[in-house]
Order: sequence, then structure tokens, then C-alpha cells
Amino acid sequence: MFRWLSQTLAVASLSVRTIPQRASSSAVAMIGIAGVVIVFVAVLSIGEGFRAAMADAGAPDRAVVMRSGADSEMTSGLPGAETEVIMQAPGLMRVDNRPVASAELYVLVDLNKRSTGTPANVPLRGIGADALQVRNETRIIDGRMFQFGTNEAIVGRAANRQFAGVDLGSEFTSGNLHLKIVGIFESNGSVGETEIWCDSHLIQGIYERGNSYQSVLAKLDSPAAFDTFKNWLTTNPQLNVQVLRESDFYAQQSQVMSGLIRGIGYTIAVLMGIGAVFGAILTMYTAVSTRTREIATLRALGFNTASVLISVLAESLALAAIGGLVGGLTAYFAFNGYQTSTMNFQTFSQVAFAFAVTRSLLIQGLSYALIMGLVGGLMPAIKAARLPIATALREL
Amino acid sequence: MKYLPLIWRNLLRRKVRTIFTLASVFIAFVLYSFLMVVQNAFSMGVEVAGADRLVLMHKVSLIQLLPISYLDKIRATEGVTHVGHSTWFGGTYQDKANQFAVMAVNPDYFQLYPEARLPDDQLKAWLADRQGVIVGRATAQKYGWKIGDKVPIVATIWVPKQGNTWFFNIDGIYDADKGFDTSNFFFHYEYLDENRRGAYGMVGWYVLRVDDPSRAADVAARLDAQFANSSAETKTSTEKAFLQGFVNQVGNIKAIIVSILAAVLFTLFLLVLANTMAQSVRERTSELAVLKTLGFSNGLVLGLVLVESMFLALLGGGLGLAITYFAVEGGSFNNAFLPVFIMRSRDVVIGVVLCCALGIVAGALPATTAMRLRITDALRRT
Repeated sequence: MFRWLSQTLAVASLSVRTIPQRASSSAVAMIGIAGVVIVFVAVLSIGEGFRAAMADAGAPDRAVVMRSGADSEMTSGLPGAETEVIMQAPGLMRVDNRPVASAELYVLVDLNKRSTGTPANVPLRGIGADALQVRNETRIIDGRMFQFGTNEAIVGRAANRQFAGVDLGSEFTSGNLHLKIVGIFESNGSVGETEIWCDSHLIQGIYERGNSYQSVLAKLDSPAAFDTFKNWLTTNPQLNVQVLRESDFYAQQSQVMSGLIRGIGYTIAVLMGIGAVFGAILTMYTAVSTRTREIATLRALGFNTASVLISVLAESLALAAIGGLVGGLTAYFAFNGYQTSTMNFQTFSQVAFAFAVTRSLLIQGLSYALIMGLVGGLMPAIKAARLPIATALREL
Repeated sequence: MKYLPLIWRNLLRRKVRTIFTLASVFIAFVLYSFLMVVQNAFSMGVEVAGADRLVLMHKVSLIQLLPISYLDKIRATEGVTHVGHSTWFGGTYQDKANQFAVMAVNPDYFQLYPEARLPDDQLKAWLADRQGVIVGRATAQKYGWKIGDKVPIVATIWVPKQGNTWFFNIDGIYDADKGFDTSNFFFHYEYLDENRRGAYGMVGWYVLRVDDPSRAADVAARLDAQFANSSAETKTSTEKAFLQGFVNQVGNIKAIIVSILAAVLFTLFLLVLANTMAQSVRERTSELAVLKTLGFSNGLVLGLVLVESMFLALLGGGLGLAITYFAVEGGSFNNAFLPVFIMRSRDVVIGVVLCCALGIVAGALPATTAMRLRITDALRRT
């Protein structure tokens, strides 16, 4: 057993150490696999970043209440009287007998993207007095909170970075709407940072919404209080609403986009992977055929077939591992943290996010590279192991 | 032509190598086609937008509604021949995931879109039916709808006075040329306005046709000036600019596609093919020397290697293009937001040109080596 192992190791290290002699053909396999890993990791990091921006917005101990049937805040509508009933619900957190909840409006304004100068749908959220208590992860990082009852507004960090015209201290006009930006806020890099927030009554007035809202965001006593809260609301004959845990709500809102990016990403990766396997097979066949005499000599000296087979596979895996590492690292340094924004089809509004090359993506990329190496090396390895010694030695 | 057998023989000499090179090139062009389809889907019909159509929307945002009273004012504007309006309805069919573009429009709407082919009797039936619907072929096929079917649509935005569901009759199914969206679902604005619970007399946006596309900008400016300082100011742009606006909102898809394509073509095509050709020339050193001894000119040897490279490129790439082209004809993303799923003939032409160009680039270096071979040196090497 030991002898078999040392034989195999010796032959395998021989083939790996002689890779530089076959540099040009080895490079084909290596670069091919590196290319696949770069594209794979880069495309999926877009999906991952988008998903993270949406998923991080949701907390399990908050609930979103909308009109039943509405598929987003934008298509929802709740009369003011209903929002008051919603705030009576059990399970809702109360501080000093006041419900910790915010009745909100969600509209869009056109702002120009800084990168291209083209208009984009940026969400403008009208919030209630307790909104920052409900969203307790939100912090003002520059300037101050706006005063309710005025036309002041605060802007999310990402919106401020991606869109022109909403800098601290600037005044911004769109139709009848005049806003004065007095602060910049952050909220864990989530989708909320793409929004502009102002007093909900301001939007009600300018957008002629009367006393109506679109959603209520409620802080619950605990994540477990959700069922009590939901049941009370959905069985209440005064209301026609749907209740979603905030984390589920945002997961739902990102479904179409994430699914689309992932679908396209995996299709490209699988096709490219097949192509790269063909490249690897070519490389390994070349490697075997240039070493025909060498392999035959080893066999003649008494090295067993398994060690020859494994040595070819080892070479192929080594090439794949190098390709995978190079590809993964290139993708990481080139794309991780790249800031951009896109329009979420489901909400029709912009979401700013950063490409996220996560550790799990890198591991997936590297595993994929090794699979390509293994598949690519298999046929040539079998061919090498089966070489008839006598004829092979005679070959030039 | 008489050299074809020679080239053919050369390709057959290492069958395994030829097959895997072809396979790699083939995959590269399947990917090229796939990426073009994705790009076309994301371009949302910009390229088939009518030059004589303008879109008039609320200045603040597309989601802001405009009064129906604008209809007559726009109609009376000089240079405008047809006016339609459209209101986004949203809505889902049977399941929340089944979404397509449902829109409430005015009776004249179809005069604006001659691209949508609809039999006259179907249009007449629709005009006479308050609950009537004209639906695109793609959506009709997806849900198996026929003319005469009754279709319930659950409200997302516009809740009816009773319950949560709207009922429609399919009166017509429209077809269109490749590239024009056939997933839309059009019903009467009147029906919407009479039965919804609010926002009476408000519409989403207006579409208008001008008699002279070269004066479109002028008409747009006059319209916007007319509604300036009203409670609903407007922004009028050409249909192309309007659609391009959506494309820009999604992001720079083109740059992403081009980068991926560059990676694909370099790693799967150029590198593999160049390596194959280099090996092939190296193996044939003595043979090439013999050819030259027999009187083959340097130029001819160069040409032979280049043709061999291009042959591999075109065979593999062409197969990849052809197979995806026919696959696309039958399939669909089934995505409500990206309904157009096509490969243009332009994409095919560019693909073939790319094949030839990359075939030449991949063969260039080995071919030059072959050309420069000196007979005496080459014959001495074994």
C-alpha cells in the first residue's frame, strides 16, 4: 500500500512539475477555466449584492401592512381611518402607550443618475413621527433629522451617492414638490438607503392623497408576536389588508430580479464550463501525447497503471486549481464592492447596491473549476493508463 | 477549390483535436447567441420604436396620473394625427406570479400601432363590447385563451367597486412582427373608470402620432408648454427616448454583455483555436517543407493554414449560431418583464463576421510561422 502511494505521488509530482514544459497548451486550459470562474463569480455577485441590499432591509420583528391584493407598496392604498385601526392591533409594540408604527406613503420622483445623467425613478417615502423608532437601525450620519410639518427631507446614503441633486443642503424641486435636504442617513446598506424620506403629510398634500396612506410599518413585541398581529388584522371585518413579515416582504420584492440574474448567470456559467472542459480535454490529450514515451518508460519500469492515471488527473486538477484561484481573486479585486443601481421591475423603483463577491461564491467558483479539471482530465487519463507499452515506446 | 481535399485531410489527421476544438468554438457561439438574446430582451423594443410616435407623461414621474381632459387638447394640437391613452392596470391571473402588461386604453389606441395585426372583425367586436379585451398572441398561447373566453383578473392597483376581481371577454388576439411585444392585454378605459373606486377621470400616459416625424421635437415642446404651470405638468418624448429611459434605468446591460462576450470569445474561441493551429503547424513542419519543395509558394502555404483555421471557426461557430437561432424561435423566457425573446438577423450577420475575423486572428501566427519556414531548416528537423 505504501509502495503504491509513493509510486503514485512520485509520478503525479513529476507530471505537475513538468507543466512549465508544456506552458502554451497548459495556459489554454488554465486561462479557459480562469475565464469561466471570473464570469461566474462576477455575474452572480451582482445577484448576491442585489439580494443582500433587499434582504438586509427586512427585520423579523417588523411587519408591513398593505391593502390586500397589492403587490407592492406603490400599488397599495389604505384610508387614514384604517391605519388607525391597524395601530390598535395586539402584538404591536407600545412605548408609553403609543404604538411604535409608521403609516407611510411611497411615490417616485425623477432624479438623474450621476453616472449617466439619465433620469431614474427614485423612491420618496412619506414617514410618520415614529418611523425612526420603528427602524431603529437607521442613523443620521450627516446633517440632522428633518422637522415634521416642514418641507425638509433626509436622503439615504446610497441615493445621495447615485443620484444628482440631493446633496446635503440642496433644495430639490419636482412639479409642485419642493424639498430641502437636511440630512443623510444610513441603514445597514439596505434598500432603504436608496430612498428619500419626508413627512407623510407633505406627500398627502402635494400628491392629492387626502388622508390616505399606502402601508403601515409596525414594530412587533417580538418576532413571535407576528401571528397574533396578523390574525387580528386579517380577521377584522373593518379591514381588507394583507400582513407580511418585513423580511418576507423584501424577499418577495427581490424575487423576480434575483431569479433573473441567477438564471442568466448560471446558464452562462454552465455553457462556458462545458466549453472550458473541451479546452481542458484538448490540453490534457496534448500533454499525454507529448509524454507518450515517458509514460511508457515509467510503465516499463514497473509503475502501475493507477499511478499513471492519477498523475494525469493530478496535472489537470492542478491546472484547474490555479485557474480557479486566479479567476476567483481577479473577480474579487475587480468587482467586489462595486457600487451601482438598477430598477427593480417589481417596484418600478431604483435600488442601489454593491456587487458582493462572497466567500460562498468564491468557494463555488473554485469547486466548479476543480470539477471542470476533473472532467477534462478523465478521458486523457484513461487513455494514458491504457497505453500499450511496446508500441508507445516505439513512437517518436 | 482544388486544395480543399488537402485541408480536409489535415483536419482529419488528429480527429480528437479537431472535434474538441470544434466543440469549444461551437459552445462559444451558442453563448454569443444567448447573450444577444438577453441583450435584445433588455433593450425592451427600443429598436422597433416608431419614429412618429410620442409619449406624453407626468413630469414628476410615470406613476403620476394625468387628467383625461388633456385628450381633446392634445388632439387639437397642430401636427398630431392620432391620440391614445393608456393606464397601467397591473393585475394577476389565477396566481400572483402570473403577471403580464394589462392596460386600460381608449378605442383609438390601436390606430397608433399598425405593428399590431388584428383582424377587422375582432377589432369591431372589441369596440362593441364594454368588457372586451384584445390580447397578444404570446399571452393568449401561454394561458391557452381563445376568442370568446371569459377571463378573471385579480386587481393589484385598481380595486373594483365589488370584490377584488375584474372580468373580461377575449374579443381579439393580435400578432406582430418579430421584436414587437405580443404579451399585452388591452381593455376599455371606460370600463375601468366606471368601476374603480377612485381616481376618476385620470389616465396613465398619452401616446400620439405626428404627421411629420422631423417636427416631433417641435410638437413635444408645444405640448409641454401648453400644460406648463398646470397642476399636472407634462414631459413629452419620442417613443424611442421613452423606452431608452427604461433601459437606462436598469443599468448598463450592454457593457456587462460585451465584457462577458469578450471573456467568452477570448477563452473558448481564440485561445483554443490558436493553440490547435499552432500545434498542427508544429507537427507538420516537415510536411510543409515538402510542399514548399514541390513548388507551393509562401503565400499559398500561408493561405492554406488560414483557410484551415477559418474553416474550423466557421463550422463550429456557424453550427452554434444556427442551433440557437432555431431554439430561440420556439422558446421564451416566460418573463413578464422581458417579453421580447428574439435573435435578430443582424446578430447572426455580426456572429458570422466575428467567426471569420477570429478565425483569421487565431490562424495568423501559426500561418506566418508556416510561411517563413525555410525548406532546408525544416527538413533537417524531425
